[in-house]
Formats: sequence, structure tokens, C-alpha cells
Amino acid sequence: MAAASEPHASAFSAAELEFLAEDEMVEIVPNLRMDPLNFISGDFGPFRPQIATQVPLWLAVALKKRGKCTIRAPEWMSVDKLAQVLESERDSEKFQPLPFHYVEISRLLFDHAREDIPDIYMVRSLIEDIKDVRFHKIGTGLEIISKERTYALRLKNLSAMEANIVRPFITRALETFYKLSSSEMIQDSDHMPNRQAQATNRGPRRQLKDR
Amino acid sequence: MDSGAGESSAADDYESLMSTTDAELLKSAWRNEKAAPEILKFDADLVQRSRQQIQLMEEMVGEFGKNGVDPLTVSLYQMDLDRTMFLLRSYLRTRLQKIEKYVFHIQKTAEVWNRLSRQEQKFARRCAGDIKHHLEQSVLTKLPDQYQSHLRQSAASEDDDMVPEPQLDAYVVCRSKRYLGAFQLDDGSEEPVNIEADDLYALPYKSIKPLVESKQIDLV
Repeated sequence: MAAASEPHASAFSAAELEFLAEDEMVEIVPNLRMDPLNFISGDFGPFRPQIATQVPLWLAVALKKRGKCTIRAPEWMSVDKLAQVLESERDSEKFQPLPFHYVEISRLLFDHAREDIPDIYMVRSLIEDIKDVRFHKIGTGLEIISKERTYALRLKNLSAMEANIVRPFITRALETFYKLSSSEMIQDSDHMPNRQAQATNRGPRRQLKDR
Repeated sequence: MDSGAGESSAADDYESLMSTTDAELLKSAWRNEKAAPEILKFDADLVQRSRQQIQLMEEMVGEFGKNGVDPLTVSLYQMDLDRTMFLLRSYLRTRLQKIEKYVFHIQKTAEVWNRLSRQEQKFARRCAGDIKHHLEQSVLTKLPDQYQSHLRQSAASEDDDMVPEPQLDAYVVCRSKRYLGAFQLDDGSEEPVNIEADDLYALPYKSIKPLVESKQIDLV
């Protein structure tokens, strides 16, 4: 058959993920007075000095760059909360719930709003550790699935950046399993089914037996 | 993000309200289009409305410039405008790339052809003509008679096997907005997969194709 078409390598570039993340809302404290802004993406404001308001991240960063506001760190970004998340990441096999775009949001805030984040060095190193632990888990999780025949994967609580990074590997791997298994199924019954087709996932929903 | 039990219904309402704004719709159309292996239905209304809004906004910004409105405000409006234009352009660009890739298949298959907009159909026709012409000129006329079709390997082939088709088996990462319960994957031999709200799943595209079309599942 002609042309196995090549699946998109990584469907989204890092910049595009950041673009998506920039629509997340954050709280800012403006130091200027401005009328409401009626954007295509929504209506924001009015802006009054010292009165906190919610705006999308891109707007917050733009205002911050011009020195017109301070950004309030999102509540998940405190040293305590993050230390907690790190503990649970290390202890459990599952992924802890984190904001979907935590990587992009934290990166943008570190770059542009350094003074607004209390204990920024601590926060930064915690987030790096959390990222490492999660990546490690992804690696071990992927090793597991390679033993069984997998038709679907459940990636609970994975964040946008992580999903984007493993996407090419996962899609290629699953596609190969799919191709191999369906061609095996067409072949006739000389092969006795000592293999079971199961939908697996990571998470305690189904227990797989190790062969 | 955190939301206590009492706030979750308010958050849900906000979510559903947000997701119906044109900006959100454009964003999710863009995301789905980027992640899907085949070309999806062209959302003509959405594109039309977005273009109108962009045009309105451009005129407004032009007037701001004349009326001497505070340059900060002007630059913020301009940023929002740029973001929306990027989404629209990238959406159209992704579709064009897919058309170029699968142009012969799209031409042959009426169902897919109908998913294109008027201008895209024009583009596809010209693109197909150009590629055909190029292949014929550079290679095909120099081959023996049996092999001169750009659609088939040889006159003896039963199907148009030189036409690349989008891989509907490709896996995609997707997320559903609500709990969809036990969902049967394509081949009847597996057990159904439980699809919960807001979790990511890696599934073959063709199993969830109808759900993507009815917008119950988003590709990520």
C-alpha cells in the first residue's frame, strides 16, 4: 500500500503551548486607572489602582512589562502547596492534580514577574523537582505498557507540556501495537490465544497480571 | 485549579459560558484541527464571525490612533487582535497543509470534499492540477504505457493505490468534557474504556471520530 503517511511529529510546538497557556486567568493588582477593555477574547477591567482583578496571563505579562501592575502568584504556586505536591508525587505512583498548564504558567511568571513571587528560588526548585519526578514516572509507566498489548491509555492528570512531549512516542508505539495486533488477528487460529487483548491504563482501575 | 465543592457548579457554568465565546470556539477548532490526522469540517460561521470581529477591531484601533487614545490601550488592543489573527491564520494554514498532503484523496472522496470551504475547494482543484501536471511532465510520460497514471501504480491495480490517505488509525491524545461512560473501541474484542471528564486519553482517532465531530471530545 502506498505511503504510510507520517503522523505529525509533535502536533504543537512549545511556543504554541505557551500561546494556549497565556489565556489562563491570573490575578493582578494594577497601579493605574484604565477603562474596561473590550477584546475579541473577552471583556476585562475596569482597572483601578490597588484593586485586584482577573485578567488573562498574556495581558498580565504585557502590563507587567510596562510596569503597570503587579501579578499575584496563583495559589497553587506557594512553597507549602508545592512541597505537598512534591511529597505526594514521590510517594504515589499516580500523578497529582496540577493545573494543566503549570509548566508554561510558572515559566512565564518566573521570566516576567520575578519580584511578585514570594520565595521564588524555593518555588522554582520545587517545580523543577516536581517536573523531574513526573517525567520519571512517565518513563516507568511507558516501560510497563510495553509488556502488554495496549489499545488505549489513560493519562490522568498529565499536564499540557508533558503530554506534548510524550505524544509522538505514545502515538507511534500504540499505532504499532495496533497494527501488529490486528494483522495477527487476521491470521488463522493456529496461534492459540495465550495473549489477551485488554485495554490497559495506568492507574488502579484494572490490574494486569505480569506474565 | 482549586475549586471547593460549592464553587464547582459556578465554575462549571463559567466554563460552559466561556466555551461558547467565539474566541474559545476558534481556539478549540484550531486545536482539534492541528491534532487530527484528517481534515475536519470547515466551520464557516465561526470563521465568518471571527473575520468580522477582527475587521471591526482593526477599524477601532485605527480610530484610536487618530483620536490619540493612550498608546498603552492601543497596544493592548493590538495584542489581542494579533492573537486572534494568529489563531485564525494558523487554523486556515493547518487545513491547507492537510489539503496539500491528501489532495487526491480529498478530490476523490465526496464526503471529505464537502468539508472544505469554497475557497479551499478552488485551492484543492488547482493544487491537484499542478501536482498532476508536474508528475506527468517530469516522470509519468516517460514511463511505459501501463504505468502512466498518477493515481495508480499500474493499469493492473484495482484501486488508486498511489493516493495517500490520511491515517485514521493514528492515535490522538484527547479529553472529554463530561463523563462518557463505557465506550466501546472499534474492534469488538476489547472491553469498553471508561471515559471520565477531564482526563487525558490516548485513543485511535477513528474510534472517537463521531465524538470529535459532535464536539463532545477535544483533541489536545
